[in-house]
Amino acid sequence: MAVELDVELVSPEEVTYSGSAEMVIVRTVEEGDIAFQAGHVPFLGVLAPWSVDVLRAGGERDTFAVHRGFVEVSHNKVTILSDVSEAAGEIDLTRAEAARQRASEALAADAEDAAAAAALERAELRLRVASA
Amino acid sequence: MPGGKERELRRRIGSIQSTKKITRAMELIAATRVVKAMQRANAARPYARLITSVIEDLAAGGAEVDHPLLRQADEIRNVGFIIITGDRGLAGAYNTSVIRTAERQVMAHVAEGKGYSLCCVGRKSASYFRFRNYRIDHAMSGFSDNSSYDDARRIAETVSESFLSEAVDQVELIYTEFVSMGTQRVVVRRFLPLVDTEMMAQEGSGSGREGSFEFEPSPEAVLEALLPRYTEARLYGALLDAAASEHANRQRAMKAATDNAEELITKLSRAMNQARQDAITTEIMEIVGGAEALSGSDATDAGDVETALASMLAGTDASQAA
Repeated sequence: MAVELDVELVSPEEVTYSGSAEMVIVRTVEEGDIAFQAGHVPFLGVLAPWSVDVLRAGGERDTFAVHRGFVEVSHNKVTILSDVSEAAGEIDLTRAEAARQRASEALAADAEDAAAAAALERAELRLRVASA
Repeated sequence: MPGGKERELRRRIGSIQSTKKITRAMELIAATRVVKAMQRANAARPYARLITSVIEDLAAGGAEVDHPLLRQADEIRNVGFIIITGDRGLAGAYNTSVIRTAERQVMAHVAEGKGYSLCCVGRKSASYFRFRNYRIDHAMSGFSDNSSYDDARRIAETVSESFLSEAVDQVELIYTEFVSMGTQRVVVRRFLPLVDTEMMAQEGSGSGREGSFEFEPSPEAVLEALLPRYTEARLYGALLDAAASEHANRQRAMKAATDNAEELITKLSRAMNQARQDAITTEIMEIVGGAEALSGSDATDAGDVETALASMLAGTDASQAA
């Protein structure tokens, strides 16, 4: 039995997820996807707005949409700090779709609209995570 | 006029009783809210702890940066204050004690010849300082008993902006710390500039983890992304503490009000009963006095008070018939 990782997804309001896993896959701002397994060297990175996959023993996989945050790995403990993180099952597809529509319309009207661009990115990530 | 005092007292008791019902309801509401607020404050703790420990690890990893949020001004000319109070009153000394502390702080800085800039969170502090013609730069309200992280972010961003634009050189955070159900105290904390990472590390759990971290993209970039989050988390923690304190204070104040109302009702009921008894006694005395006067004037029925009483009750002309 391999050593497992302790995984914690923490947002300012609550601990979103806490459990053990064989592997955790995240995406950092610059260098693309990175996977952690037990025994990984201590690591600290800034996360891109992307999904976080938690692979548990037995092949189960939990996916979260993480909108901005950090990952810290040390002593077989993975901590993901994020303002907004949602489990795939909690995402409201119709709402995300509506948000995507709204954001892309706002962006079409004003290509410089940073808020709309961010909203579009969030909505797309939600849709991608939820439909995965 | 007998009965007038009694009626007056009865009315007062009625009004106190309805006041008591209101304060009692507010007490119960505050009691449930304080539990919820405490839970929220506790739920926010892991994030604050972890973000501090990340900074600690960064410090251990040797990240030394010249981040604008760490800027220590050579000379402090303007001081910003974030004052966190509630939106509503009836919470005992909760709002006033925060406001008093804040005003003292502002006065002290003004006396030293420094400028000030107020950021009032909660309607109570804003109206107090506005009424006294203080200059308020930012006022936010409407979320004192149910603050979200977005509120904290909005405040942190506003304040950080004025710090980064050098409108203020230092920011103090004044709020009520929730120690326990029985103890809440007003505290003044340095909000900006952030103390350097070493100090932050000491503020944290001090787990003293060893190990050389890999950073992505770089320690400096991580710290840069982390510091604004750290300020937000601190502010969020302060908001939640303040909310829990507000509810605890309100619960206590309303409990005291309910107890006082009860005491008043007891006192007034006694006074009312006495007044009623007095009125009855006076009436009897009058009747007896009247009867005796009658029996004294009428020789045929001398000593027969009962008859005299009956005749008197029968009407004014009864005595003439006798």
